[in-house]
Amino acid sequence: MAGVDSGMVEKRGLGRWMTHLGLIIGLLFIFFPIWLAFVASTVTQPEIVKPPMPLLPGGHFFENYRRALVSGVNAPVAWMMLNSLIMALGIALGKIVISLLSAFAIVYFKFPGRRLFFWLIFMTLMLPVEVRIVPTYEVVANFGMLNSYSGLIFPLIASATATFLFRQFFMTVPDELAEAARVDGARPMRFFWDILLPMSRTNIAALFVILFIYGWNQYLWPLLITTDPSMNTIVMGIKQMFPSGDDTADWPVIMATSILAMIPPVIVVISMQKLFIRGLVDSEK
Amino acid sequence: MEKRVTFKGIWLPLLLVLPQLVVTAVFFFYPAGQAVYQSLFIPDPFGLSMKWVGLGNFEYLLGNSYYRASFVTTAVFSTLVTVVSMGVALYLAVLADRLIKGSGVYRTLLIWPYAVAPAVAGVLWLFMFNTRVGVVTWYLGVLGYDWNHVLNGEEAMGLVVVASAWGRISYNFLFFLAALQAIPRSVVEAAAIDGARFWTRFRTIVWPLLSPTTFFLLVVNIVYAFFETFGVIHTITGGGPQQSTTILVYKVFSDGFVAQDLGSSAAQSVILLVIVGALTIVQFKFIERRVHY
Repeated sequence: MAGVDSGMVEKRGLGRWMTHLGLIIGLLFIFFPIWLAFVASTVTQPEIVKPPMPLLPGGHFFENYRRALVSGVNAPVAWMMLNSLIMALGIALGKIVISLLSAFAIVYFKFPGRRLFFWLIFMTLMLPVEVRIVPTYEVVANFGMLNSYSGLIFPLIASATATFLFRQFFMTVPDELAEAARVDGARPMRFFWDILLPMSRTNIAALFVILFIYGWNQYLWPLLITTDPSMNTIVMGIKQMFPSGDDTADWPVIMATSILAMIPPVIVVISMQKLFIRGLVDSEK
Repeated sequence: MEKRVTFKGIWLPLLLVLPQLVVTAVFFFYPAGQAVYQSLFIPDPFGLSMKWVGLGNFEYLLGNSYYRASFVTTAVFSTLVTVVSMGVALYLAVLADRLIKGSGVYRTLLIWPYAVAPAVAGVLWLFMFNTRVGVVTWYLGVLGYDWNHVLNGEEAMGLVVVASAWGRISYNFLFFLAALQAIPRSVVEAAAIDGARFWTRFRTIVWPLLSPTTFFLLVVNIVYAFFETFGVIHTITGGGPQQSTTILVYKVFSDGFVAQDLGSSAAQSVILLVIVGALTIVQFKFIERRVHY
């Protein structure tokens, strides 16, 4: 009954079913594109190019995925996934390490230039790589870092989001801990290693999830600096699989690659969901 | 805020900040400075010398109808992306919040698009609306609608908006759900006992309490639409047809790398820099205010 339903906060009967129905419609909107990509990755090219394509999976799953992973279009997708993995891990770990060190220095030391340094890294929060893309490209080219992992990784760890996060966390660590360490005559690095680092474990893990996905999903930067197909990452490599001109795209392989491109980040997000949500809310607020 | 207890030493902390300092100096401050510097010059066609033009690049840009059109395109695009993704996310979050059991399952499923790269989202939506093989295109054809985003600028805009908004729903959903779950049940229940219907409760109690989150998401989503949707646009439309989906970031790329017009591209970078700076300041001001709540 509508009257009872709207008077109660906790939903029963019809109201509850309407709620589920609403959510399921939302899920359909979210999953239809993914489902269609999956279906396309299990059928043959003729089935796709003669629309409408089937809406249920076909029997060519292994064939299409093997073809994508082993030969791909320009480069084997397995190889591109390895490049993506190296890039994502490099960005996540690199950024975490340099940020932990500098946040430790900013919070636990008074050194000359501390304030200036703080404002310098603060400024990096404001500029995504997309904005300074041309000069950054020139720098990387001058270093001979085109088509290299360091070229893929370093420009993307040059921002201070993680430093801010660790700084905020270190500020909440009770002063007594550092005091005790100092009284015991512990060296600063011992305190960092034995006390601060273990305490930061969950923060580090949460940040790792976010940075891994950030790195894996990069598009514009790898597109610019990896001209050699063997250095392509999977996310930018998909677009390269489309033929220029009027030829028909190899849809089953392209869609298999799209599915492969989303599997690692989806696994990371789903399996570390609690940490991820915490990291997201912490880092953005 | 400062720590009461600090360690002694000067060289150790300098050594600790060195890696970050070097990386940001080389890959951030130097390129950003270069962008500002280059924006004041025009290189000759062979790239051998630079001619000082002062603010000429900026004057040229602001007088250029394509660039002004790109501003309008960006405004339309980011408004639509923000409204669509936040609207859908709020709708789903309100529903999930009504459930006593099972909201976790929906949350796990709704997180998916966050993990899908914008460029991959672009490919997925392109596939559905492809003019030759797209399933949705085909069924629209059956219904008598001739979908062609390759030729029709409005359809192209619609497609990149939906694909960009789709990828952003998870993010907004998580923030809205967290904010909704933070509202004390007793407040909403009290209104319910007073006989306030769902819509009245939402409008008078829930929505005002959500406003800090809504405002935060507004800023963050505009930044997302400005910068992170490059992959969507590059895969689906390539900025076309007739530049109808060329947003500012896309134009920096196409003028700088495709057309090799470095002075103009650098000037555009500087303009974007100012825009992001303003947005960031708004965001930080807002966060500061939020601390007092």
